[in-house]
Amino acid sequence: MIDHRLPIRTILAAAVLLCALPSPAFAMHIAEGILPLPWALLWYAVAFPFVAWGLRDLRRRSREAPWFKPLVGLVGAALFLISCMPIPVPTAGTCSHPSGAGIAAILIGPGLTAVVASIALTLQALFLAHGGLTTLGANIVSMGVAGAWVGWGVFAAARRFGLPWFAAAFLAGLFSDWATYATTSLELAAALHGEGSFTTMFSLILLAFVPTQLPLGILEGFLCAGALKFIRSRRPELLRAVPEGGAA
Amino acid sequence: MKKWIRVLTVSGLLLAGPICSPIGAASWSGVDETVIEKFAEQAGRSAREPLINTDQGDLLLFVFLLAGAVGGFAVGYWFRVLFPPRRVKVNPDV
Repeated sequence: MIDHRLPIRTILAAAVLLCALPSPAFAMHIAEGILPLPWALLWYAVAFPFVAWGLRDLRRRSREAPWFKPLVGLVGAALFLISCMPIPVPTAGTCSHPSGAGIAAILIGPGLTAVVASIALTLQALFLAHGGLTTLGANIVSMGVAGAWVGWGVFAAARRFGLPWFAAAFLAGLFSDWATYATTSLELAAALHGEGSFTTMFSLILLAFVPTQLPLGILEGFLCAGALKFIRSRRPELLRAVPEGGAA
Repeated sequence: MKKWIRVLTVSGLLLAGPICSPIGAASWSGVDETVIEKFAEQAGRSAREPLINTDQGDLLLFVFLLAGAVGGFAVGYWFRVLFPPRRVKVNPDV
């Protein structure tokens, strides 16, 4: 029997790969040396408790469900790939990447998303000239903390308001992407505004991200909703811990 | 048919970036260059060379390809563990 899903997956995979291959040199995280040392240390200090909490969460939840570690492995590897894949945005003429934090937070929780994001960002900073070691804390906070908590919170709130799964997941992906870049803007503005106004600089950086991240956020929303729809149809038991609007 | 239209639309949108360039001389730079480094330079700070600088010639292409292959393998491996392929029932009479 011919599996008709195979060519569909092949075309999608080829499209994603073709987009990823031509422009590997462009990074989207805060690069090495951009943040002054006190700010770099502050963001490390902010990120640390979230990562520590996530690690504790991993031990507890792995004992409860044997499939949980493979799920964390899958989400971690996917987040690594998604967050170093530059996607060209024709409306802006630039490249950027989705964060993947929204779907990760829905599947494994915001605490563990901080853990997998910190591993992905460390590998990218060390070997892919993507981000930096001094700015690692800031990048973990924007992607692994802000992106994850906003995605998770939006999903939980949307479910509580009675929105269907697909719509809630779309909103989670959309807002987690935008929250990631809003936090990056905040980190940059806080460290670099100098004698000028923080609010003005924050607004300017945020506005500069809009042409690229507005369409990419929408794309991330669809990716998030599609992934959740697939898991619900194939292995709904993996979504047992997914927030229904209350429990973490 | 509906599924095919959706797949082709998503693929077309993804590929539209590298293929067409509606704003003329689009450079396809990352937002790190067009936003982050631009504002950092205005504030008197510039990006430093990374600790392990793989951004030299085609070395970065190689490490990105390697990262994609290793990451892709990991995704595929865990995907198969979590979503084993469905067994196709074979009708012995056919």
